Amino acid sequence: MPSPVVVLVLGALLAGAGLLAVTTRNLVHAVLWLGVVLAGTAAFFVMLGAQFLATVQVLLYIGGVVTLLIFGVMLTARPTGTAVTRELRGRPRAAVVAIGLFALLAWAILTTEGLDAPAAPAAATTSELVDVLFGKDLLAFEVLSLLLLAAMIGAAVIARPRDFGEPRSTGRGTP
Amino acid sequence: MTALLLVAAAMFCAGLYGVLTQKNAVGILVAVELMVNAVNLNLVAFARHSGAAAGQSFALFVIALTVAEVVVGLAILLLLLRRTGGVDVDLAREMRG
Repeated sequence: MPSPVVVLVLGALLAGAGLLAVTTRNLVHAVLWLGVVLAGTAAFFVMLGAQFLATVQVLLYIGGVVTLLIFGVMLTARPTGTAVTRELRGRPRAAVVAIGLFALLAWAILTTEGLDAPAAPAAATTSELVDVLFGKDLLAFEVLSLLLLAAMIGAAVIARPRDFGEPRSTGRGTP
Repeated sequence: MTALLLVAAAMFCAGLYGVLTQKNAVGILVAVELMVNAVNLNLVAFARHSGAAAGQSFALFVIALTVAEVVVGLAILLLLLRRTGGVDVDLAREMRG
């Protein structure tokens, strides 16, 4: 287990960056703050002994998902060249729901006994992870690869330009 | 461990707040990523607590599923952009009864 001070400092950073990611008006900044959160989580993974997961997190999330989201922001920006801002709505109600859920979760976490009991002597190593992944979880792993293929093909089919060559409809709200 | 779970809970609630307030579909995707990330942190923390590799295996599956989700989400977003001229989720009301 990482030392509590490190957890507190890094955790405060993560929570702050997470809040910024959902509250900044600039969407590009939001995606970059999400990148900070993902990197901090990768650091937590290393501290918790999950080195392989940390690598996957950096490669797939920071390298892949953040890039994809930036692409999404850029592709969907109005071609007017203005900053990519966003509107927010229903903030008071959403804040009440989120803070209420956090209070409930915090109450549940703080009143649960044994969470800070001595942890297992060592974290599962990467070789143990692979033993589980290609042993007990092998079927799920193969199904997952099938799902990724299906998602890839599905995304290509959905995003294929059907009206290629025709002017794009720009009417708001018209199908 | 308690501090880790609290951090994950805070991240999850920040994501929830984002999902509820965003109007832009990309913003909603960002918030969902935040929530999934919090869940992953919990999974890995409990895997460390129990010393078994199953939690890490779960987290790996969650990461892969999230990547698939983002890819399909962005494809839907592009389609929405083409059909309605914007990525505001309030524009997608064709399926509303």
